[in-house]
Amino acid sequence: MQQLAPATPIESEIIGRSRRDGNRLFKDWYEALGRADQAEEPAAYVFVMGSVAEILRAFDFHLVFPEINSLQTAIRKTALTYLNAAEDYGYSTDVCGYVKADVGVHLKDRQHPNGRIPRPRLVIATTMCNTYVKWVEIWERLYGCKVFVFDIPGRRGIGWTAELGSDQFEADRRYVQTQLEELIAICEQITGRPFDHERLVTVLEQVNRMAADWKAVLELNQNVPAPFNAMGDAITYMGVLSAYRGTEEGARYMAELRQEIELKVRSGLGSGIEERFRVYGVGPACYPAFRRYLELFSAWGAVYVNSEYLGYAGGGLDRGIQYDLSRPLESLAEQLLLTGQRRMSNMFFSQDELADGARDWHADAIVYHSVKSCRTVSTGMADSREYVVRTRGVPALLIESDLVDPRLWSEAQIKNRVDAFFEALGSRKAAAAKGVS
Amino acid sequence: MLALDQRERLEDLVEGCLELAIDPSFPAVGEWLATHPSGKVLGHFQVYFPEELAEAAGLLPLKIMGAGGLEAKQADSHIGSFVCSICRTSLELGLGGRLSFLAGFITHPICDAARNMAGIWGRNFPDQLSQILYLPQNATSSGAAAYLAAEYRRVALELSRRSGVTVTDDRLRERIACGNENRRSIRELYRIKRERPWLLPATEAYGLIRAGSAMPREAHNRLLARALTLLADRQGRPQDRVRVVFEGGFCEQPPLDMIHLIEEACYIVDDDLLIGQRFLTEDVPTDGDPFLALAESYLERSTYSCVQHDDRKPKETMLLQRIRQSGAQAAILAAAKMCEPGMDEQVAYQKALQAEGIPFLLLEFEERMTGFERMRMEVETFVESILFD
Ligand code: SF4
Ligand code: SF4
Repeated sequence: MQQLAPATPIESEIIGRSRRDGNRLFKDWYEALGRADQAEEPAAYVFVMGSVAEILRAFDFHLVFPEINSLQTAIRKTALTYLNAAEDYGYSTDVCGYVKADVGVHLKDRQHPNGRIPRPRLVIATTMCNTYVKWVEIWERLYGCKVFVFDIPGRRGIGWTAELGSDQFEADRRYVQTQLEELIAICEQITGRPFDHERLVTVLEQVNRMAADWKAVLELNQNVPAPFNAMGDAITYMGVLSAYRGTEEGARYMAELRQEIELKVRSGLGSGIEERFRVYGVGPACYPAFRRYLELFSAWGAVYVNSEYLGYAGGGLDRGIQYDLSRPLESLAEQLLLTGQRRMSNMFFSQDELADGARDWHADAIVYHSVKSCRTVSTGMADSREYVVRTRGVPALLIESDLVDPRLWSEAQIKNRVDAFFEALGSRKAAAAKGVS
Repeated sequence: MLALDQRERLEDLVEGCLELAIDPSFPAVGEWLATHPSGKVLGHFQVYFPEELAEAAGLLPLKIMGAGGLEAKQADSHIGSFVCSICRTSLELGLGGRLSFLAGFITHPICDAARNMAGIWGRNFPDQLSQILYLPQNATSSGAAAYLAAEYRRVALELSRRSGVTVTDDRLRERIACGNENRRSIRELYRIKRERPWLLPATEAYGLIRAGSAMPREAHNRLLARALTLLADRQGRPQDRVRVVFEGGFCEQPPLDMIHLIEEACYIVDDDLLIGQRFLTEDVPTDGDPFLALAESYLERSTYSCVQHDDRKPKETMLLQRIRQSGAQAAILAAAKMCEPGMDEQVAYQKALQAEGIPFLLLEFEERMTGFERMRMEVETFVESILFD
């Protein structure tokens, strides 16, 4: 590792700030949810892929992200209690664990390890994941709340595109925009407030800023060494991207994160792992064994430099968004479609984009983490892996466990696979280096 | 078409249909190709697909719904073990070369596994059209019908490019009329099954309907007409049996032996087996814009399934309606192994039936399962508990 000059006081204040501030924002958010519960303020349950936060913020809904709640039960090592409650209620062991962990929270009177979650007044399922639709039907039955299935037609196949303005795009856009208008009418009814167009413009502008900085942050990780670990550090960034989308705090956080990451790049600071391998991730981490999961890679000096997961779980902002503030609703409909089709429903067809991403982020390999709970991201992984290895010549590893269920984490087995892979990758890199010299 | 519609006895006709249904070499497709040497076949995955679109483009639609008798030797290395069997055996049919006649494969947003199939299929069969037909999931949106009509037009155009046959409004109307006849016959079979189940066991109705998934519509219409004629002459006496609704056969198909063992103990008076083939509950209008007519029928004149969300059709309410309208006393709530929507819905159904005091039995199945002894015992015990309650 390169020897660096000691950090200046300003640098030491900036470096690590995103983690500290991210944790604080997260805590504040859960505390606000607890207060909302007590005050019975309206809360909307939404999903990270297509949260429609832009509309909901304009009505001052509190946003509840059940996926983040489920993830947090795993990180806090409490997932099993909730999973058991849902299974006792009747859900099969083979049902998505995120759904079950959340059902468990509701069966326990919405007591979550991070605080009490307010009851839903409105729930919105985008169709980026089909299981979202089944999930919202559960709350509908539990609470009788208003359910809105926000249908965002996805990418139709490999190589399929619908250019902005084309007939095809317009047909989809009209459908999405009509639904936005219908959603607004529902929000007006629930809150008793008229829709505030000015407020929407402000929110969109904040998302524009947040997205521009987030895109820059991701691109900064193309540097060697990578300034952050896209699987470890980025979980905090991802949380802020969802929970604070369309807020001043969120936009500011992302600007400051960018400043921190730029500083790290200028100072040649890496992610804290002595970087020997760079990997591009597909799929989430195993959150019930998060630290161990990361250690399996860091032990080999393997740093996640980017991941497909960050693209969709961060709400599709990875390539920036530029809402046209002069025609807010139409622009929102367009961007929901574009980000939905490019990022969120693209995972079925993303093989070439993954290989391109690995190339652009100078990754040595792609690591697929197939999680049993999530058939959306995992069903085609083995096939995609086979494609990138065979057709694009990118080394790729596939490991299997889960993102919430600790019973599916078998460390010895995964460790064997990871170790064998990096041993071979190391030999390959060494041989290639010799060949070049 | 394999002379099925000329069989003298209903039993023989049904036997022929059941043989066709489980034969992964698709003999009826082979027969069609022999007489249409430049013909092309379109595979479409469960649950509902407007086959009229493919037919109007000159393609033979073939419902891809797995193959219970097949071992997914090659497919297992492409698809995770946590995915239902129908996806794996459907892919196996392709990888094993049994679907080499396909010009394309269309799947739907019924679940996360099925949407993934478009990517898997596209990577493995790059010469075929492999796409998702995005059926709308916000069925009550005022934009849904226009959107779906546009989506149908898009698919029709894609299919025309493959077949070289333009889908005109008139051709499509003609195919809709043929489809209407088909659906009418199927509705009639179900009416008989509900009203006089002793005349038409569920396995027979199932065989007759399933045969249509892999043959030209006209041939199936003739076959169903023949079956209805033969049924009119069938004699039988009702037995003192429990009447049940079977729910859970909307996508992956339970093995025939399983349906059979259930009906050895009771009458299956209604079910959701192959619901896609009778998803539209009324004739599709043959005047006006045919794409819009198909779209509106899907949204406004259709039954329910756990892979479609529609505020107007809460699934539990619909199931209770199915139970009441068929005069059933109980329900068998089945779910295919690893089927996320099926397993989710099973819980909701269970709670609703509990609240209504309707007896039910939960079953899990896999198209490829072979041992049925335990299931037989469970069904018998369940039936006895109702009979002697
Ligand atoms: S299937 Fe995947 S994306 Fe869908 S709810 Fe479960 S974890 Fe989330
Ligand atoms: S059986 Fe269930 S999980 Fe499998 S493809 Fe059908 S709906 Fe999807």
